[in-house]
Amino acid sequence: MSYNKRFDGRKFTETRPMKAKTGVVKNAVGSAMFQIGKTRAIAAVYGPRELHPKHLQDPSSGRLRCHYNMMAFSGSGDRVRPGPSRRSKEISYVTELALSPVLDLSAFPKTVVDVFIELVQTDAGTRCAGICAASMALADAGLKMKDLVCAVSVGLVGGTPVVDLNYEEEAYEEGAVDIPIAMTPRDGKFSLLQLDGDLSKEDFEKALALAKDACQKIYEVQKNALKERYVEDKK
Amino acid sequence: MIKTDYIKELARKGERADGRKFDEYRTPITVEFGVSSKSAEGSARVLIGDTEVIAGVKMELGKPYPDKPDEGSIMVNVELLPLASPKFENGPPSIDAIELARVVDRAIRESGSINFKKLCIEEGEKSWTVIIDIYPINAAGNLFDACSLAALAAVKDARLPKLEGDVVDYKNRTDEKLPVEKDALECTVYKVGNVLMIDPTEDEEQAASARLTVGVTEKGRICAMQKGGYEKLTQEEIIQMVDLAIAKTAELRKALENGKLYEI
Repeated sequence: MSYNKRFDGRKFTETRPMKAKTGVVKNAVGSAMFQIGKTRAIAAVYGPRELHPKHLQDPSSGRLRCHYNMMAFSGSGDRVRPGPSRRSKEISYVTELALSPVLDLSAFPKTVVDVFIELVQTDAGTRCAGICAASMALADAGLKMKDLVCAVSVGLVGGTPVVDLNYEEEAYEEGAVDIPIAMTPRDGKFSLLQLDGDLSKEDFEKALALAKDACQKIYEVQKNALKERYVEDKK
Repeated sequence: MIKTDYIKELARKGERADGRKFDEYRTPITVEFGVSSKSAEGSARVLIGDTEVIAGVKMELGKPYPDKPDEGSIMVNVELLPLASPKFENGPPSIDAIELARVVDRAIRESGSINFKKLCIEEGEKSWTVIIDIYPINAAGNLFDACSLAALAAVKDARLPKLEGDVVDYKNRTDEKLPVEKDALECTVYKVGNVLMIDPTEDEEQAASARLTVGVTEKGRICAMQKGGYEKLTQEEIIQMVDLAIAKTAELRKALENGKLYEI
């Protein structure tokens, strides 16, 4: 019954291997790639630029607009039909909420900063990978930020609390709980929290604690990637 | 406008802004396979200078068309993501995206690069559709050639998924490649001022008055064409453009042969 060994042999508190890189889209103001396991997201930032339609403009600040999209061939099975879906719209929206608290766009009233997130390949945890990539891309764009945003999914697989579920775990037949979270690492606060599944309050608390530790590791990966770009530019 | 005048002026003097010859591709031309190997049946990433394109193949099980009951088919789709350029916007596919997809499709289809009959599993009942989705990641000129190269590379990288009756088991891929029997690639020649050039940057594309995309097989045969731009072309110009395209697709083909596995 209980899930006592992970399918891919990881420790329960261990994320999949991560890779990160900035400056992956030359046309963009800022960009980044973030890969966790086989899930890979690219994010590109354009702006601040004039926001249309005008009635959406905020005279006191710029606006952040996020667009999450899975490439048609990136799903685990059938082709994903191109264009926005209800799912991708919701993820775009919660991504905006996850990133907004760290971003200060008060110097750019009436403008918009667009963040485009594309999933090239997926193995669960796509919204979290997208948020990680997007927060790095915003930093790469040189926008004023209070912190980075680190995101990971935690949850229960067959009753056992785990970090960073892959697709196989998410689809575990005896039940899985998926809790995508985003955290600002310097103050340990959460800016994304979703949950689907069924669990006790105690297990929820355990899962949240795991998320905090994992996010600190993600933070290091993100910081290193941002610094690497700087070193390269110096050459 | 200023850039356009500058580029035309340079062209008149026999020069290009980045110092290349008119018949010279940006270097290196890079092909990497398996950029989405977990998800797509086949995938590839192509770099020509600053232009980057990703293509992926999904295999879908369907019914053959009634007029071709013993054949499978292909579908090519290009999305001009706003991620790839400040000029691209969200929304329904623009005419540029549609033209790109149709021109890439044409070379693969008309050359017989893929043997459609071999994609048929059961006459009139069951066949494979090869869906090629192409995404520019950084649009910096010459998307036609880059998309064509990425599409063929992804097709060549593809392995059929396992089939159990009428159910496709996408998690398990067989070792079976797609029936690729020819290698059709496209080279696009642009007319800027009075000169013909290949592999334009975005600024050069803007300055061009006409273009001709030519699909060429590995034997140097022509398999597709598309003229673009508002200016007319003379017969001599067309022949020159075709000659140039036939010669230059060899370089794209070489890049494909030298393709490596994708690494971050």
